[in-house]
Amino acid sequence: MADTPILALEGLSKRYRRDRPPIFENLRLALGRGDYVAVMGESGVGKSTLLNLLSGLDRPDAGHVLLDGVDITRLDDDAATRLRRRAVGFVFQAFHVLPYLSVAGNVALPLDLLGVTGPQRAQRTADMLAAVGLADAAGRLARELSGGEVQRVAIARALVHRPRLVLADEPTGNLDPRNAAQILGLLRDQVKAHAGAGLLITHSRAAAETADRILVLEADGLHPPAGGR
Amino acid sequence: MKRLEAYLSRHAQTLIGSLGRLARQPFATFLTMAVVAAALALPLLLDVVLVNARAATLGWNQAFDLSVYLDKKTGEDRRQALVRDLQARPDVAAVRLITADQALAAFRAASGFGKALDALTDNPLPDTLIVTPSLAASTPEGTAALRAAIAALPNVETAQLDTDWVKRLLAILEVLRRVVQVSAALLGAAVVLVVGNTIRLDVASRRAEIEVMKLVGATDGFARRPFLYGGLWYGLGGGLLALAVVGLATHLLAAPVARLAIAYGSPFRLQGLGLRPAGEALLLAVAASWLGSWLAATHHIRAIDPT
Repeated sequence: MADTPILALEGLSKRYRRDRPPIFENLRLALGRGDYVAVMGESGVGKSTLLNLLSGLDRPDAGHVLLDGVDITRLDDDAATRLRRRAVGFVFQAFHVLPYLSVAGNVALPLDLLGVTGPQRAQRTADMLAAVGLADAAGRLARELSGGEVQRVAIARALVHRPRLVLADEPTGNLDPRNAAQILGLLRDQVKAHAGAGLLITHSRAAAETADRILVLEADGLHPPAGGR
Repeated sequence: MKRLEAYLSRHAQTLIGSLGRLARQPFATFLTMAVVAAALALPLLLDVVLVNARAATLGWNQAFDLSVYLDKKTGEDRRQALVRDLQARPDVAAVRLITADQALAAFRAASGFGKALDALTDNPLPDTLIVTPSLAASTPEGTAALRAAIAALPNVETAQLDTDWVKRLLAILEVLRRVVQVSAALLGAAVVLVVGNTIRLDVASRRAEIEVMKLVGATDGFARRPFLYGGLWYGLGGGLLALAVVGLATHLLAAPVARLAIAYGSPFRLQGLGLRPAGEALLLAVAASWLGSWLAATHHIRAIDPT
């Protein structure tokens, strides 16, 4: 019997208005353990909408999102939030790091939400900070860090609770090319080391090429890019 | 067991963290607590006035005494039987017999009509029973029922009761009691609104944080928790401040009230709020603040969309 995919999209469709065509429809995708996939698409094609659907922050008009076999589209808001808390890690373009918390405080946030306390919390936070090269910055305030460092904090936060799936939305959109390349490499390495699977959403070809596989989001589904990869 | 420990530990951390957050903005925190205290202190002070007015008039239940006049044919045995029967009633606290002779002697001494009274061949005054109702029966209704029962007894000519002024006093106290209740309800609602508005501003100022929390998996309940504890602290601080204001006011009034009472020959002394009413007031302050913070935090956190 085949393993249950970590993430499975089954005929996923979304529209914002009934009198308009769907923004996309019939998306199908399966991510297994170790998969790291990039989804590309033009601006406005629905990349952020897809991310919201995958994480249970929005609901599709048709189809299902199965996270570890659990259909997140059938859960109520609180149950979807609890599943997201446990099984998903996020990395955002805008970082979404709390500036007045320490670096360690930001990284430990998912552990706090999961009720991980004491030495286990401290150890996992320290390990993750070491993994992203910020072991010496644990006590600094997040607002004192550079853009690249802040995104490292976000990556550590996304992985500290060892989620099944990491979703990254234009993680290098606010970084210079040198920092961007470092962050993309780090993200890939850490997802492979600490998470089940990763999905990178980007409009950048260079960013997408750090993934194992590239798919292009279009209105009628997810397709391999022209020229293939 | 470990899950429970972790749950309680998270609550304790949030409780202390919310206090720390308030302590970092001492002036704003004090202002909110002062508004809560002002809203609570007014009904509490009115309640102190009411309690003291009741205490001051407690000794006036003799105003409810009935004067029971017996007919002239009542003999000594019957008078004593009447006294015993009345004393046995549960709605009677005491019965005092004033014989016709005692009444005449007292009248002679008090009126200065001694010589005129000597001219009388017969004592015109009746034997009188002064009946004091029990505390439970010392109400206009209770004494009216007692008067009717006594008036129906054999040998009783008249049973008199003059309670009009007492009725008026009790009515005034009842109005005051209602004023306390209404003002407590209105000002309690004011506490809910004041704390709710403060928490609304607090939620707005921490919107970015709540968005991040929601994105990484915080439920609305989790995001709401620090605001609920914030409301608890506002209520507790405001309640304690209100009790301090009432205590200070009582202390400042105690000496002048005592001098006034002494001038009227009364042993009355001003009473403070008392431990139980103070505890209840504190509980009410915390509950109203908690409710205000719950309403505001629930509504405004739900409206924050992390996408």
